[in-house]
Amino acid sequence: MSFLGKQRALLVTAFAHTTTYRAEMVLWALSGSLPIILMGVWSEAARDATLGYSPLEMVRYFVAVLVIRQLTFVWVIWEFEESLVRGRLSHDLLRPIDPVWQYLANHVAERIVRFPIVVGLVFLCFALYPGAAYFPGWAVLGQAALLIAGSFITRFSLQYTLATTCFFNERASSLESLSFIAYAFLSGMLAPLDLYPELVQRLAGWTPFPYLIFTPARLLIGQQVDVVGALQVMAAWTFGLVLLQRWLWRKGLARYSAMGA
Amino acid sequence: MLEVSELGKTYRVADKQPGVKGSLRHLFRRVTREVNAVAGVSFTIEPGEFVGFLGANGAGKTTTLKMLSGLIKPSSGRASVLGHEPFKREHAFLKQITLVMGQKQQLIWDLPALDSLRINGAVYELSPAEATRRIGELGEMLDINHLLTLPVRKLSLGERMKCELLAALLHLPAVLFLDEPTLGLDINAQESIRAFLKQYNQQYRATVLLTSHYMADITALCSRVLVIHQGRLIYDGGLADLADRLTPCREIELRLAEPISNERLAAFGEVATRDGLSVRLMVNRPDLRDTLARLVEELKPTDLTIHEPPIESVIGPLLRGERSLLSATGTAQERS
Repeated sequence: MSFLGKQRALLVTAFAHTTTYRAEMVLWALSGSLPIILMGVWSEAARDATLGYSPLEMVRYFVAVLVIRQLTFVWVIWEFEESLVRGRLSHDLLRPIDPVWQYLANHVAERIVRFPIVVGLVFLCFALYPGAAYFPGWAVLGQAALLIAGSFITRFSLQYTLATTCFFNERASSLESLSFIAYAFLSGMLAPLDLYPELVQRLAGWTPFPYLIFTPARLLIGQQVDVVGALQVMAAWTFGLVLLQRWLWRKGLARYSAMGA
Repeated sequence: MLEVSELGKTYRVADKQPGVKGSLRHLFRRVTREVNAVAGVSFTIEPGEFVGFLGANGAGKTTTLKMLSGLIKPSSGRASVLGHEPFKREHAFLKQITLVMGQKQQLIWDLPALDSLRINGAVYELSPAEATRRIGELGEMLDINHLLTLPVRKLSLGERMKCELLAALLHLPAVLFLDEPTLGLDINAQESIRAFLKQYNQQYRATVLLTSHYMADITALCSRVLVIHQGRLIYDGGLADLADRLTPCREIELRLAEPISNERLAAFGEVATRDGLSVRLMVNRPDLRDTLARLVEELKPTDLTIHEPPIESVIGPLLRGERSLLSATGTAQERS
């Protein structure tokens, strides 16, 4: 059976697993609706101040953030940590396939199931702010899809690399909590990055975070974005993270004691 | 096939005192100590052998199995399974082995077992038709084909274990590491799994290394046993021979033709109990043949029975750590 055949089997089963608990699926999607709240706050703020964004642009920006967050949400660190601490990782390690493919399949399947909910949330936002409703065009949507896919892969690589430190500290999720602060602040999730002080913007440029939300969000609201450049930066970060992850993986496995198994 | 030479594993574990004081001390000054889980174990297992791996809790059985299956890296020594170094976990190696851990599951809890089996089929590169054929064949041997479409969480423990076995054996591994596969199961489920393992071993000429605290598993399946104690292999040989070493005496039950004094009976062996003409004598194994001849010649009993102590009662205390083999025999290395 080919590599693609294995991926297909993993994806089909992950899809079956994801659809088992429909209510949970909807609740998870709704739990990521922070951008809707921020949308209300920032669109009001945009009325009284000169932010460089009109209230409608702010609504559109946060609708875009909502979509990007929903499609790039990653939880591999919790899945891996539980798997390692409870001993389930041992079963994964005994199969002739790297465990990462199972985690990746779980995320992709969840994305497919979540997509209609995301579309519903977008319509809800435009129902709340009818003036903000717009269609960016198929070309922009295509480029945004590429950026969002790149954002997901980079975010997944970052979190999986942090997850691998579980071999050394058994509780890597605390590292993710720390990393999430930087991600939330520097990715444009809480506010458009160009509202930040110049120094913070320059600092953010040295991290992968702005490319994960701010860049595709800007594209979706009609601003000019260097799509190829952004994809190259994300690819470089992903490459570096994968190298680091493989190194940590080899070192970690040598320490692994298959606890609980 | 399976060669283990001076295999050892040392863990560094945190050593923490209980209570607030212990917690505070542990927070600022971690104290760790080294635990020799396995200390220089050597043995060889030939293809098709069904070997029992015995020892008390914490003796080093599971750690050895984890090293042989490639899950953990040995601290010393070397192991070769089917010509592979286990810890390298090459795909060619992983496709030929399996590790079944009782009470630990690989099946996806919320889905029918069939979904997990489909994944295993793909991962082990079986064509869909071949996977279906094997699922049907092994499912029939385990009598679980009617359960495969039910969510795993709805199955009983015994049913789940059978499904786990099917998942673990779908790729028809040549080497099986079984760690307490019947743990917690009722008698019927235990017997059913034993019968399946025996059939699998015979049908596929698979090599099996089995740990179990249920002596019935060992006596039903294993002709050879390895006994590990505090990380060291202290016995490697036949199950009957192990029982002989642990019980140097045999019990002779006599029905005397006429009353005889205990002093006279003592010349034949230790009088364990006496009830009128019924006597139970304990006789050393090496003297058994001569003693029997003398007993029949001199006392002319009306009835005579020789009892082997049940193996469960002999080895049970050993597994529970209540008895040491070291007092009964030398190490396996000394023996060889």
